[in-house]
Amino acid sequence: MFEKTGIPSEEMIMGKFPPIERINKGPVAVVECYKEIPCNPCETACRFNAITIGEDINNIPVLSKDNCTGCAICLSKCPGLAIMVIDGSKSDTTVQVKLPYEFLPLPTAGEIVKGLDREGRNLADVKVIQVQNPKSFDRTPVVTIEADRSIMYKIRNIRTEAK
Amino acid sequence: MKQAELLIIGGGPAGLCAAISAASSGASVLVAERNKNLGGQLVKQTHMFFGSEKQYASTRGIDITGILLHELNKYKENVEIMTDTTIVGMFEDGVVTALHKEDNYFKIKPNAVVVATGAFEKALAFPNNDLPGIYGAGAVQTLMNVYGVKPGNKVLMVGAGNIGLIVSYQLMQAGVQVVAILDAAPKIGGYLVHASKIRRMGVPILTSHTVKKAIGKEFLEKAIVCQVDDKFNQVEGTEMEFDVDVMCISVGLTPLNELLSMRGCQMKYVPQLSGMVPLRNDNYETSIENVFAAGDTTGVEEASAAMVEGYLAGLCAAAKIGHMTDDFEERKNDYVKQLESLRSGPVGKHILSGIEQIVIKGEQYV
Ligand SMILES: Cc1cc2nc3c(=O)[nH]c(=O)nc-3n(C[C@H](O)[C@H](O)[C@H](O)COP(=O)(O)OP(=O)(O)OC[C@H]3O[C@@H](n4cnc5c(N)ncnc54)[C@H](O)[C@@H]3O)c2cc1C
Ligand code: SF4
Ligand code: SF4
Repeated sequence: MFEKTGIPSEEMIMGKFPPIERINKGPVAVVECYKEIPCNPCETACRFNAITIGEDINNIPVLSKDNCTGCAICLSKCPGLAIMVIDGSKSDTTVQVKLPYEFLPLPTAGEIVKGLDREGRNLADVKVIQVQNPKSFDRTPVVTIEADRSIMYKIRNIRTEAK
Repeated sequence: MKQAELLIIGGGPAGLCAAISAASSGASVLVAERNKNLGGQLVKQTHMFFGSEKQYASTRGIDITGILLHELNKYKENVEIMTDTTIVGMFEDGVVTALHKEDNYFKIKPNAVVVATGAFEKALAFPNNDLPGIYGAGAVQTLMNVYGVKPGNKVLMVGAGNIGLIVSYQLMQAGVQVVAILDAAPKIGGYLVHASKIRRMGVPILTSHTVKKAIGKEFLEKAIVCQVDDKFNQVEGTEMEFDVDVMCISVGLTPLNELLSMRGCQMKYVPQLSGMVPLRNDNYETSIENVFAAGDTTGVEEASAAMVEGYLAGLCAAAKIGHMTDDFEERKNDYVKQLESLRSGPVGKHILSGIEQIVIKGEQYV
């Protein structure tokens, strides 16, 4: 179905999430790149050797959950915007999620925005914690949101209201 | 008659890279580009590119032209660039005719030519496909990303290849609503990371669907779409209506090859390469001596491959006309390796099965 709709199955998604123990320890990347394409900037961008593609740039990236520091550098480097960072160390009831977001208006810290799933459906209102947009991110800002744990495997996008 | 050692036709990524490698080998190069700007397709690609570092992956297309021009500028005493200059003919005696601006025709007599004219968009036949509001994807992208003009308010995208997916995303970035993306194929043709990124904006992707007809008086008001079966026949009773003022047709590109045919190069229709392409040897030289070709004109692929092909063709063309460099073999092998690496995946294998049909073996001159 994924190849007909662009929507990954739950099984595919869960296969990319590090175990909950790792998520609860601190920020870690979720690399949702499911198909072989000639691409490897994620591997090149990571300073911690946490993403491996290898000699053949068509290989699917493999994340080392132990090497990954959740620094989020790779988020803005991935042309497929396929990577997010999840952090379960801050609270027992919520997680913080960092998402690449290339739309205007950019939200600001403290704002409440719509949290969307992988089909663009509204899941819940979520709070924006931080918006990073330094020059080195080259026009791919990274937005950190706080979401309830009940939607941690579903949330993948946000929508801001036009101002 | 203008003299030139090496003429490069087209200032897209393939042409610019051919110019860089030929000029760095010591050849004097003339680049002719019909547009006012260099960069070809790159000037409208506001998204980050795939590929690896050597082909500027993760850099936005619009910024790659600047990087290439900076590189080319290092050899500026060897390079002449003529924009607003269309090559209109290539003749048996080696003479090439050019049109600068509206009415300034002139002739060029180069020792060798690299044709890097790129590709053009295919059309789609359906009733009323000439209504205003029905555009090719290239036109929509040019309006938005080059001129900053919104093409309309509600768009139906036809084609779920990389171009359809990327242009849909860019339309949404420009604040235009995309109501759906459809494709007659049973599967999404473009990279699935692109598809997912649009899907999570809430845009449905309808595979096995096509346009039945367009409706409107003065301009497009509605699109009627329907399902197709596995033989691409329209299925009665599956019609859906979309109120849209723009339909964006993105059903693929086909190589722009008139100059090569006119010059008498042997051509072949290769579906994997999206159309009629020239036969060539490993050095990107066609069946006519000293006529080289590179980039989308030799098979529709990607800018990453077009650039490497350009470097390779420029290097070999320069060598052929007397500018063989000491590191020729080393550079050539590096380019060949890069192309192999880009083409080693599923999409690349498809391209390779096309390339196998056009490469003439055993006519190596170096
Ligand atoms: C929407 C879209 C998204 C894309 N995204 C990517 C991507 O993410 N990654 C990637 O690698 N590739 C991407 N591509 C593909 C890439 O842009 C092309 O493969 C690449 O530009 C081909 O390079 P080229 O130099 O062969 O042709 P072009 O870029 O088409 O350049 C050809 C040039 O030749 C000129 N020309 C043509 N005829 C003449 C003539 N008679 N006289 C003088 N000049 C002439 C044209 O004006 C043009 O400037 C995308 C393409 C599109 C349309
Ligand atoms: S989040 Fe940082 S450490 Fe983890 S994979 Fe990405 S770049 Fe590497
Ligand atoms: S950069 Fe993104 S799209 Fe490219 S291989 Fe890595 S995760 Fe996949």
